[in-house]
Amino acid sequence: MEVRVSNVRKEFDRFPALRDVSLDIKSGELIALLGPSGSGKTTLLRLIAGLERPTRGTIFFGDEDASNRTIQERNVGFVFQHYALFRHMTVADNIGFGLKVRPSAKRPTRAEIRRRASELLDLVQLSGLEKRYPAQLSGGQRQRVALARAMAIEPKVLLLDEPFGALDAQVRRELRRWLREIHDATGHTTIFVTHDQEEALELADRVVVMSQGRIEQIGTADEVYDTPNSPFVYGFIGESSSLPVKIEDGQIWIADRPIGLATPDLPNGEATLYFRPHDIELLDECNGCIAGTVAASRRVAGTRRVELEIGGGRERIEIELPVGHPAAQKSRVAFRPKRWKVFPKVDQA
Amino acid sequence: MTTAPAKAGWRFRQPSVIPGFGLTLGFSLAYLTLIILIPLSGLVWRSASLGWTDFWAIATDRRTVKALEISFGTAFIAAAINVVFGTIVAWVLVRYRFPGRRVIDAMVDLPFALPTAVAGIALTTLYSPKGWMGALLAPLGIKVAYTPLGIVIALVFIGLPFVVRTVQPIIEEIDKEVEEAAATLGANRFQTIFLVLFPGLAPAVVTGFALAFARGVGEYGSVIFIAGNLPYISEIAPLLIVIRLEEYDYAAATAIATIMLALSFAMLLVINLIQSWTRKRYG
Ligand SMILES: Nc1ncnc2c1ncn2[C@@H]1O[C@H](COP(=O)(O)OP(=O)(O)OP(=O)(O)O)[C@@H](O)[C@H]1O
Ligand SMILES: [Mg+2]
Repeated sequence: MEVRVSNVRKEFDRFPALRDVSLDIKSGELIALLGPSGSGKTTLLRLIAGLERPTRGTIFFGDEDASNRTIQERNVGFVFQHYALFRHMTVADNIGFGLKVRPSAKRPTRAEIRRRASELLDLVQLSGLEKRYPAQLSGGQRQRVALARAMAIEPKVLLLDEPFGALDAQVRRELRRWLREIHDATGHTTIFVTHDQEEALELADRVVVMSQGRIEQIGTADEVYDTPNSPFVYGFIGESSSLPVKIEDGQIWIADRPIGLATPDLPNGEATLYFRPHDIELLDECNGCIAGTVAASRRVAGTRRVELEIGGGRERIEIELPVGHPAAQKSRVAFRPKRWKVFPKVDQA
Repeated sequence: MTTAPAKAGWRFRQPSVIPGFGLTLGFSLAYLTLIILIPLSGLVWRSASLGWTDFWAIATDRRTVKALEISFGTAFIAAAINVVFGTIVAWVLVRYRFPGRRVIDAMVDLPFALPTAVAGIALTTLYSPKGWMGALLAPLGIKVAYTPLGIVIALVFIGLPFVVRTVQPIIEEIDKEVEEAAATLGANRFQTIFLVLFPGLAPAVVTGFALAFARGVGEYGSVIFIAGNLPYISEIAPLLIVIRLEEYDYAAATAIATIMLALSFAMLLVINLIQSWTRKRYG
């Protein structure tokens, strides 16, 4: 099932949690919503599920306007951040619930429901726990029961709100791979929320980066990592260093010196230069470079992180050097970013 | 959950790491002995002085049996009614915002605060054949005052706060997401309420029932006014005890009291067992 979110705005008591969000999701895609806390990820997910109504804009399921359908009719599987299992029901009853409440014409027999439940338990690797109550399960097991319960109704769209949020790193990694496998096996259109970028980049076909109620960028892991399209994405995904610069006649200047990078398309004025700490080339002599004094240096796994003071200590940036590189000890280092981007300064109104 | 398998047999639950188990248990036992056990055993001891045959004669006396039947029967019915309507009241108070909600919320506690005799007199005036409600019901052939129905009404009044106040916090605790989960799984509102929400309330409802029931069995003040106290028809056991006391028949009074005690204890024990069973399941 394709899902199309078209110019959706959502306000809570005048506070815009989402402002003009548009997003096309292809059938069978695995999409990650990534963004800092409060950026509107949960809100977007709840709008798709029909748990909230948009203030403006439309959500389409296929070609049909989803607002014509009630929550029950949308047939979405929703996995809540805190699982929301029915605690007075056994694991098997939890999973079978969605089938049990179907109108009698479409309801499978009891035996059939039980069979489906144990099939799904196999799928989520919890066979044999049918008779347990949620209180008798570990966090990761509850998570998987919640997922099995959502999948039991054969949803057209599967929505997961921080599915691995409350679990430790080890279990997270396991479940992550396992979710990918299940997705590939079942082919549900899946949207999951996370604020763990590693999780998003590793797992999703496409990543939707959100900030302050807006979508900043949509793209594959490579696209959002290698060509971030906004200062926010640069800063949020992966590591980045930034420097205030000036643009004059298509050249980038730091203080009163050009640094040998050109941006012919940008107008003159103040701007900010972004680059990845590891995406740099070191220079021996400086005719057009960024130069700074080493202020601090620390070892990070296989490389050395060096903090440089630029322009007399007003700005500090980080770059990455090979461990044995002599520049790490030299007090003055000259370099030029290999891959970078300049964003003109916008007035922070 | 402890990891210990639920093997049969009696065993102390592993005390928590917080110290003081021995001390607090000792204190609790001593306190309960002082406050509850000693007075009650005095009662039993006193009635034991009666001898078995006399005791049996009093216990099987038709008036005693009737009074006990009325006491426990009306308390049970009233508690059952309170469970249904108290749960609805608690639900409305938690779930809806309407003008006057705070006032109604406060009103629920009035039966706690009011001297029970006042409640009894008020209800009697209302339901006597000439009272507001009584006059309305009389043409329909329904008599409330001076019948067991009147007792039930008084006990419903007295017992309501017990149910509301035990169920209310549990409804407040219900996770909105659980309801939403049910909806996304296709359950309509009716199914959500009856399959998901109410079963979750069961332990609290059972507690509320137990409290309302226990209170109803022991209630005296409000009932004696509305009941009319006709022997064999609307005479409750606590009143019969008082009557025997006034006749200086202490032995009979304590005998009836002992029977009440045993019955109440048995019923509360059963309710407690049901409760611990549901608690164990729902965690
Ligand atoms: N029911 C609500 N009433 C009022 N404001 C709300 C409501 N739900 C969300 N908001 C606000 O909308 C904004 C977005 O919330 P949302 O829950 O979508 O964030 P999120 O991206 O899921 O954050 P997190 O990662 O912390 O879960 C927040 O500022 C939040 O305070
Ligand atoms: Mg959220």
